Amino acid sequence: MALAQKNTNEFDMPHETDIAWCPGCGNFPILQMLKKSLRDDLAIDPKDLVLVSGIGQAAKLPQYVKTNMFNGLHGRALPVATGIKAANPRLTVVVTSGDGDVYGEGGNHFIHTVRRNVNITVIVHNNMIYGLTKGQASPTSEKGLVTPTQPQGVYVDPINPLALSLSLNASFVARANAGDPEHAQKIISAAIAHKGFSIVDIFQACVVFNKVNTYKWFQDRVYELDVQHDTSDRQMAFVRALEEDMLPMGIFYQDEGRETFEEATGVYDADERPLYERERQWNTIEALINAKK
Amino acid sequence: MAHHIKDDLSIVISGQAGQGIQSIEYLLTHILKLQGYHVFAVKEYMSRVRGGTNSTEVRISSNDRRAFVDRIDLFLPLDKSSIPHCADRLSKETIIIGEQKRLETDYKLLDVPLLEIAHDVGNRIFANTVAAGVVLGMMQSDRAIAEDYIRSFFSRKGDEIVAKNIDALMRGFKIGEHLAFTHEITFTIEKDEAVKEAVFLTGIEAVGFGALAGGCNFCSSYPMSPSTGLLTFLAQHGKECGVLAEQATDEIGAINMNLGAWYAGARGIITTSGGGFALMTEAVSLAGITEIPLVLHLAQRPGPATGLPTRTGQEDLNLVRYAGHGEFPRIIFAPGSLMQAYKITAHAMDLADEYQVPVIILTDQYFVDLLSTIESTDLKESKDKNHVIETKSDYQRYELTDNGISPRGIPGYGKGFVCVDSDEHDESGHITEDHDMRDAMTQKRLYKKAVALAKVAFAPEVIGPKDYTQLVVVWGSNYHVAKEALERSGKKKLAVAHFSQLYPLHNSTKKILAQGKKLIVCENNETGQFANLLEVETKCTITGRINRSNGKPFSVEYLTSQFKKI
Repeated sequence: MALAQKNTNEFDMPHETDIAWCPGCGNFPILQMLKKSLRDDLAIDPKDLVLVSGIGQAAKLPQYVKTNMFNGLHGRALPVATGIKAANPRLTVVVTSGDGDVYGEGGNHFIHTVRRNVNITVIVHNNMIYGLTKGQASPTSEKGLVTPTQPQGVYVDPINPLALSLSLNASFVARANAGDPEHAQKIISAAIAHKGFSIVDIFQACVVFNKVNTYKWFQDRVYELDVQHDTSDRQMAFVRALEEDMLPMGIFYQDEGRETFEEATGVYDADERPLYERERQWNTIEALINAKK
Repeated sequence: MAHHIKDDLSIVISGQAGQGIQSIEYLLTHILKLQGYHVFAVKEYMSRVRGGTNSTEVRISSNDRRAFVDRIDLFLPLDKSSIPHCADRLSKETIIIGEQKRLETDYKLLDVPLLEIAHDVGNRIFANTVAAGVVLGMMQSDRAIAEDYIRSFFSRKGDEIVAKNIDALMRGFKIGEHLAFTHEITFTIEKDEAVKEAVFLTGIEAVGFGALAGGCNFCSSYPMSPSTGLLTFLAQHGKECGVLAEQATDEIGAINMNLGAWYAGARGIITTSGGGFALMTEAVSLAGITEIPLVLHLAQRPGPATGLPTRTGQEDLNLVRYAGHGEFPRIIFAPGSLMQAYKITAHAMDLADEYQVPVIILTDQYFVDLLSTIESTDLKESKDKNHVIETKSDYQRYELTDNGISPRGIPGYGKGFVCVDSDEHDESGHITEDHDMRDAMTQKRLYKKAVALAKVAFAPEVIGPKDYTQLVVVWGSNYHVAKEALERSGKKKLAVAHFSQLYPLHNSTKKILAQGKKLIVCENNETGQFANLLEVETKCTITGRINRSNGKPFSVEYLTSQFKKI
């Protein structure tokens, strides 16, 4: 059990919070970098932000940020975030959840939220293991990983979140490493600033249950995408996303110009106000009723 | 043989899916309604897009009858399979109009070569208009009204189509008039001027207009028969009425999206059927603990699993009563008339908003597909205001209050933060495992709100003699059929109690039930789900049950015979 650091940021909780993560957990640097990104890089008013999560250790993150929060059901963060953004596009909506939550239980929602290009950011804390339920395989666990429920080792292929996102034509696809907070913060900020659906898959060590994919394991394998990498080239992004031995970090792909889900619904064409600010259109409804005579 | 049809005419059109039953029904019902006849229509259909055998019943009556009858007075079989399909509803009184050549039947027909005439007009497609014309002609309907309607109905398709349809209609008319004359067929059905000005709509449209009247501006749902009509309705009128209607990827996404939207200030509705609702149950529980409003329309069909996808039933009361893990309050409605559907849906939006509980509206296939009228002056806007508050900086989403209702803020409106949590939470909305706080939240959600909800429950409507000693209880779509059966049964001490709210029950329920020394519960399921609920909630003694679970609605004749036995 660890206590939050002293107040340094308006997103810090107003009182000391009992944080439920294990000492040394990779979620701590993600929490810090997210708060810095929101304040230092993006200057977002905490009142205009909603953090949405599902269930899992990573999904507890919104509990530790002074802002609006929707901590929903396992796997269901993305439709909730979609509903929030659709009802009030003025809000900045960020999902912070784990690999099991987003890619496993919520896999179907992930696929179809990408397709909708909802203007939200999804930060997936990817530690390749289930933490909260104590160490079972996740959809990103590598083949061969021995766990209590896979005693002979994982025998199915892991999901490649970047390649999956690219195949669905996500408009922003990035990967970061919690072990390199400065670089990761930049990527998170770019993702939130991006207009359209953005996914940041963040490598994060689980110090208790994953003895294979440790901080060192990630450190030995990650490298930054070179400056020449063209983020508008989706095919090349695919090629880089499929690299296996060494794992590139950075923005793989970005397409800023696309229409978002909220725009495409047409509800905001003539009226930018969020739904709650609007009057009921009784005259229109009455005319529709009378047309049924 | 002469036929004299007085006060009550049941027309049945039957044929394959895609053959034009709906077109004939549409033209007939609308033209007759515009002439001032009380018109009621209801359909039954198979789960297929083409082929099979479907039918529609159109009932025209002096006394505004709004229930399904087995009896067929005028039958229009469009294909060979239609006659065996409806055989048990035909009698020697039934007038059958059809093509002898196509139907190959021993039944005595009034032979009308619909297709031949249609070809003569220009295309077989006009056969439907000819058929409508035959019926209208037999009834000696007003030609000008019929012609005007055809003109406006087909106007989008161009002058030629309009002219040909009028030609087809008039040829039908002439044949109809001739048949009525030669076979001495007469109709005496009273008209009512008020009907001309009434609004003519289906059950699902009544729910849809009710949602709009209640300020609905968001709908996320997944298609499933027989519930999809509401999503279609809101999608089609979305832009003009400011409703964001989204076809979700699945039911789980639909309900979670809706909860996100309500959380951010929208007023949402969801439409689904039993199987879809089953998928949503975890999120119903989420609505329970987060106290996010939820309005859910469930159009029932028989299960289990896929069951009879396009048929009617009342099998999902237990499902919605108990859905969701853990314990939390809920409201369950079951409208029985178009007016109730409209008012209850509008009211449901307000109740969900004010009390922050799941509100479920149960209809069924029979109800959503029926067509009838409402006085337009009765369709009013819900005057209830949004219950959303502007938050202060010390806002706590789950503030413990006397009535269990915490003022509901939304993110981005005011100075406070709105935190909601599927975990047990403290007043600020953050996770807690404090047992005293748990007790306080349980008190708030279950007991304090229950008191408030009981006060606003709808009472059952008791129809019949005040000094009844026998009582039949019905709910939802069995309103009109039970009412008519009661009248026909001629029983002096028998009354019907119709429940449009099934849970929580109005506090008059116990007394109403206790007066029935014979207490019979009549519902479209096998196990008596509402009967069981009444026994548990009111400790009443139910002496008899009338159940039907074969996918067909109760008919007036069947219920009358059952009522007579009481």
